[in-house]
Amino acid sequence: MSATLERALRARRDEGAKLLVPYVTGGLDEDWTQVLAAVVAAGADAVEVGIPFSDPVMDGPTIQEASTRALARGTTPASILADVRRAQVDVPVIVMTYYNLAYRMGDLRFARSLAAAGVSGAILPDLPLEESAVWEAEAAAAGVETILLAAPVTPDDRLALIAERSRGFVYGVSRMGITGERADLATSAGLMAKRLKAVTDRPVLIGFGISTPAQAVEVCMEADGVVVASALLRALLDGGGPEAAADFVGAMRAALDAG
Amino acid sequence: MTSLHPTPGMGEPSTSGRFGHFGGRFVPEALLPACLELEDAFRSAWADPAFRSELDALLRDYAGRPSPLTEARNLSRQLGVRVLLKRDELNHTGSHKINNVLGQALLAQRMGKHRLVAETGAGQHGVATATAAALFGFECIIYMGEVDTERQSLNVFRMNLLGAEVRPVSSGSRTLKDAVNEAMRDWVSSVETTHFCLGSVMGPHPYPWMVRELQRVIGDEAVVQCRALLDGGVPDVVVACVGGGSNAAGIFAGFVDTTARLVGVQPEGGAAIGRGLPGVVHGSASMLLQDEHGQVSEAHSVSAGLDYPGVGPEHAHLAAGGRAEYPSVGDAEVLEAFQLLGRTEGIIPALEPAHALAWVAREAGRAIPAGATVVVNLCGRGDKDVAHVAALLGRPTDAG
Repeated sequence: MSATLERALRARRDEGAKLLVPYVTGGLDEDWTQVLAAVVAAGADAVEVGIPFSDPVMDGPTIQEASTRALARGTTPASILADVRRAQVDVPVIVMTYYNLAYRMGDLRFARSLAAAGVSGAILPDLPLEESAVWEAEAAAAGVETILLAAPVTPDDRLALIAERSRGFVYGVSRMGITGERADLATSAGLMAKRLKAVTDRPVLIGFGISTPAQAVEVCMEADGVVVASALLRALLDGGGPEAAADFVGAMRAALDAG
Repeated sequence: MTSLHPTPGMGEPSTSGRFGHFGGRFVPEALLPACLELEDAFRSAWADPAFRSELDALLRDYAGRPSPLTEARNLSRQLGVRVLLKRDELNHTGSHKINNVLGQALLAQRMGKHRLVAETGAGQHGVATATAAALFGFECIIYMGEVDTERQSLNVFRMNLLGAEVRPVSSGSRTLKDAVNEAMRDWVSSVETTHFCLGSVMGPHPYPWMVRELQRVIGDEAVVQCRALLDGGVPDVVVACVGGGSNAAGIFAGFVDTTARLVGVQPEGGAAIGRGLPGVVHGSASMLLQDEHGQVSEAHSVSAGLDYPGVGPEHAHLAAGGRAEYPSVGDAEVLEAFQLLGRTEGIIPALEPAHALAWVAREAGRAIPAGATVVVNLCGRGDKDVAHVAALLGRPTDAG
């Protein structure tokens, strides 16, 4: 299966929809795949599954807490991928993790294990352009699209290169910083989306700190869609189950559809 | 002068920041422009005679360099090998860390950044960074694992006295590796105004190279001092402790193109070279203690400064090529060596260089032939460790 992620997202965008990609930490709880099913039913266009890493330097306290909890349950990359395969998610699944987990297994083997679980995209935030070429090639060979990140400090020439090499979509980081809920949307979020849209036809999604439906709507004035992670995980960490996740994603979906 | 060893020495890494298979720039996109900017700034500063002379003056007039090379006569008699101590514990702030920090502070000033963030384990790098920040008038935030703020509470107070804010880190193993994570998280949020003053030869390119260059003053001095003391000769063995490996890299850089055997001594519970596997964390590929899935393991050492599961990429490269060797020693041997140097030479070392001494004490007459000349990099003084060691030895210190 090649280019399933980008094809699916482009198709949704061409229908006029704004794209909504929720993030769930793999293995967070016993019922985590029910959370996946719930967010899909509530209107996710793709889902991002985090494979927890011991040292998540791009993540704030919420995702750190979720990672620690999942690792304490004995979660491994293999157990998460087995869960994903069994869950039969009917939108594209993207894995987000840190490079050492792929490096330890071997790039190609890791990419193949993603593909075998039905995963169509991968985000490795500690692989910038300078380090990602080998992984991108192995992932492509296995049929996995590598999504690259752009940051507000990325200069224009680099931004164009990132958009060109990224597959699936281009992930614009809303502000300088780590993941985490925010009361206010950074003004850099809209600018990030605008700069990316100017250089690429690929779907442009913005993430980091998109916490409320109003923020999602605001950022989608420029962007094709949003990734929501910490605010959703906060609801789960505070004891909410699949229903709470569905409510959260459903509210974002409704707001985005209403424009 | 021709090198007797055709093996590559310690030159510049490749354009991608590689030492052989190790190194690189495994950082989020948000930090990549800062890494490129830092590399450019360091390259131009290092080639600028004005920068070099300003740094040399600071090292001389503020830090107290050059540090002496001392014949350890009593210890030598006891061990049957000739021990020379490179006295970097006599530097201002009590360790070799000041060499690197003065260079980076000068560079931060040149780049127009007025806030320093740093990680610290034992607190020596934190104290050094806080010192430089005070001198240069910078804001300074030090991240330190909660476990370390407890076992090195004196250094926390010292940093506060110097005007730095110490932020205890309660995530993960609450030691050095988690302090690095937190410092990187700060940096990614503040990179436009802040310089990450990394304390060892680790992290993304250019740090491993830059920190080694800033520490090579130890080796450059020692090689000249040895020549004077040894009738133009070089020592048989050069020994230094290795956590991340900055003091070792600094002294090795002076001797890598000589016949001297280079030995980096690791703590048993943190022996990334030997017990680790290739991995990527904190911005570079190196040897790393980790589980089968790639989750980073916690290191364990009596010394907070060596309590780190990774090692600088250049050390992984020197080990792979066989130019340097990286044995390990246990906590008990380290505590013995810590006391030995005080009794024999009247010098209380830090627990970190006590690792290097422990290896020399163990291997004298074995891996080190009787009569051989050994230079030990005494990279820190033991004041910070006295209370901790007293507690470990069951000797209360608060009786009055």
